[in-house]
Amino acid sequence: MKQARIRWHILVFLAPAVFVYTAVMIFPLFNTLWLALYTRVDQERVFVGLENFRTLFFDPIWAEQFWNALGNNFWFFLVHMLVQNPIGVALAALLSHPRLRFAALYRSAIFIPTILSFVIVGFAWKLILSPIWGIAPSMLDAVGLGSLYAPWLGKEEYALTTLALVSVWQFVGIPMMLIYAALLTIPEEILEAGEVDGITGMAAFWKIKLPLILPSIGIISILTFVGNFNAFDLIYAAQGALAGPDFSTDILGTFMYRTFFGFQLQLGDPHMGSAIAGAMFAIILVGVCIYLFGIQTRMRRYQL
Amino acid sequence: MTRNTLKLALATTALVATGAYAQDATLTIESWRNDDLKLWQNQIIPAFEAEHPGIKVEFRPSAPAEYNAVLNSKLDAGSAGDLITCRPFDASLALYDAGHLSDLSDLEAMSNFSDVAKSAWQTDDGSASFCVPMASVIHGFIYNKDAFEELGLSVPETEAEFFAALDTIKEDGGYIPMAMGTNDQWEAATMGYNNIGPNYWKGEEGRLALIAGEQTLTDPEWVAPYATLARWGDYLGAGYEAQTYPDSQNIFTLGRAAIYPAGSWEISGFNAQADFEMGAFKPPVQAAGDTCYISDHTDIGIGMNAATDNPEAARTFLAWVANPEFAGIFGNALPGFFPLSKTPVELEDPLAKEFVSWRGECESTIRSTYQILSRGTPNLENETWGASVAAIKGTATPEDLGQGLQDGLASWYEPQQ
Repeated sequence: MKQARIRWHILVFLAPAVFVYTAVMIFPLFNTLWLALYTRVDQERVFVGLENFRTLFFDPIWAEQFWNALGNNFWFFLVHMLVQNPIGVALAALLSHPRLRFAALYRSAIFIPTILSFVIVGFAWKLILSPIWGIAPSMLDAVGLGSLYAPWLGKEEYALTTLALVSVWQFVGIPMMLIYAALLTIPEEILEAGEVDGITGMAAFWKIKLPLILPSIGIISILTFVGNFNAFDLIYAAQGALAGPDFSTDILGTFMYRTFFGFQLQLGDPHMGSAIAGAMFAIILVGVCIYLFGIQTRMRRYQL
Repeated sequence: MTRNTLKLALATTALVATGAYAQDATLTIESWRNDDLKLWQNQIIPAFEAEHPGIKVEFRPSAPAEYNAVLNSKLDAGSAGDLITCRPFDASLALYDAGHLSDLSDLEAMSNFSDVAKSAWQTDDGSASFCVPMASVIHGFIYNKDAFEELGLSVPETEAEFFAALDTIKEDGGYIPMAMGTNDQWEAATMGYNNIGPNYWKGEEGRLALIAGEQTLTDPEWVAPYATLARWGDYLGAGYEAQTYPDSQNIFTLGRAAIYPAGSWEISGFNAQADFEMGAFKPPVQAAGDTCYISDHTDIGIGMNAATDNPEAARTFLAWVANPEFAGIFGNALPGFFPLSKTPVELEDPLAKEFVSWRGECESTIRSTYQILSRGTPNLENETWGASVAAIKGTATPEDLGQGLQDGLASWYEPQQ
């Protein structure tokens, strides 16, 4: 009997990718989770098990900050889902209209903010909305709506929504591009067949195109979810690590940064910081699992 | 023949290069004072290098808000500079405890400083000093002299006069009464609460009582400054909620505001920007004739990275920083950062002179939250930022703010329990 040959070439070809991925992703991830199980007492690292997580979820001071950040994060995500993705789909539908002129120009113009750095976006919008130098107050004045202006980024009740909308402005190009690509793959014959059956215009979008691009919308939703729960840059660039005013724009990313690296007189605590990072990881993992097993497997797919 | 010459030339170059490497030491300074880059490069470093030809110094600042985080990461990674600009109190103490800063107690030149000056960079028992004190900053208010003349205002001494002056400016409408925003939060605490506060809690007396647990943050002397700050909101100009620190600086130096709640570190920047004459007045007292207290905060020190490759050169630099010659250069090159050495330094800048003259009239203290009280979680300094902003915006009552801060402090600080 011939023994099964070990197919070395598979290992050899896999090795570089596995090695690099382990070094830059898997190892840091588990190292962070491992770090969350320790604490520092008088320069000594001590194993405390899940104590850091207990503090994070049940100590009144920590828990208040954590739930505040988590709540803000959900609101941030909700704004993206309700504003960014519908607008992205609508823009894609408009762009894929065969008789639209300058489609390429619109497409590029809407996509450009996506490639800008967060720092530029945060700084530019801070200037636009500034009560002192900004063009927002004078533009509103020009159309007689000056009384509607408020220093949005400085008000607890508006700041987070404002920043979420800035982020929507920046990233609306991504769902637009993905949906646009999905729409282009729909064969003309199907639409023509629909026309023969009397389905035209808006009805064609709702009844033919939308079901066909639903898987893409699902992917976009999960990308938005992961992106939003990992968000940090924009809030940090616009409001700083304290995520003011009064922590109203604090999301998990800024909370983690402040805790891990410290801020002003507050010294960094890598162990609590890792606990927050662990919680973020768990939240994202659960979210992605719900999507993968609960939604994606049930989604109906059509063979084109 | 040609080839041999080339070889010889190469060998000589290599030899010279290694020789130079062995002799010269390059010291890198970590700092958060990116505003001072030019002054270091053009005045301070050349003065040092002229005296010590073998040592090159490079000033490498990062942004103030990120400095602590960046520095900690660099130190842990072993990529930090040889000399570390020290934040006062716990941030530097933690670096010393973690073995990142060297003990400098045996540096002879340390005797040039008073105990108060050294206290910000010592272990709690005072046994080890780990940073050479460089400078303190003094709080007060900078005002636009032209605006005050135009409106016929004189410098306010008492709180009543202060608010009367603000009312006059507001009624006139030509100037924003006071340039400050709450977007970045720290100004409200640093230039607001800790600027006017010492007059209420009687400087060191109140500060030390708070540390000892004899006073609490709900006591009237700690709550009253919030009540005063609550009145500031009316005078800060439209949209102050989203006004940032650089916005405030620009508004004032463009001549659009009359008064700027300040720290003396603004002086050199303002001198360069403003084209009107500026004056300064100290935080107003409640009744005429009261003893005045000023925040004369030990702000900058400089220490040595324990992992430096050039400990000798670094100590030479630190000894130079500790002597009066440096104090003279530094105090005049950076008006508004007042040297802490025992030998008094003659300052030339009129605005800086005004600030430093208060040291003679008033009792000095440091910011209430900096020593010991910001060691735990929640961090009292950061909480004070939020509380001061809330007071100005009027989103919470002064009593509630005091209670909130006290609860936070008592949750981890034993003497307050």
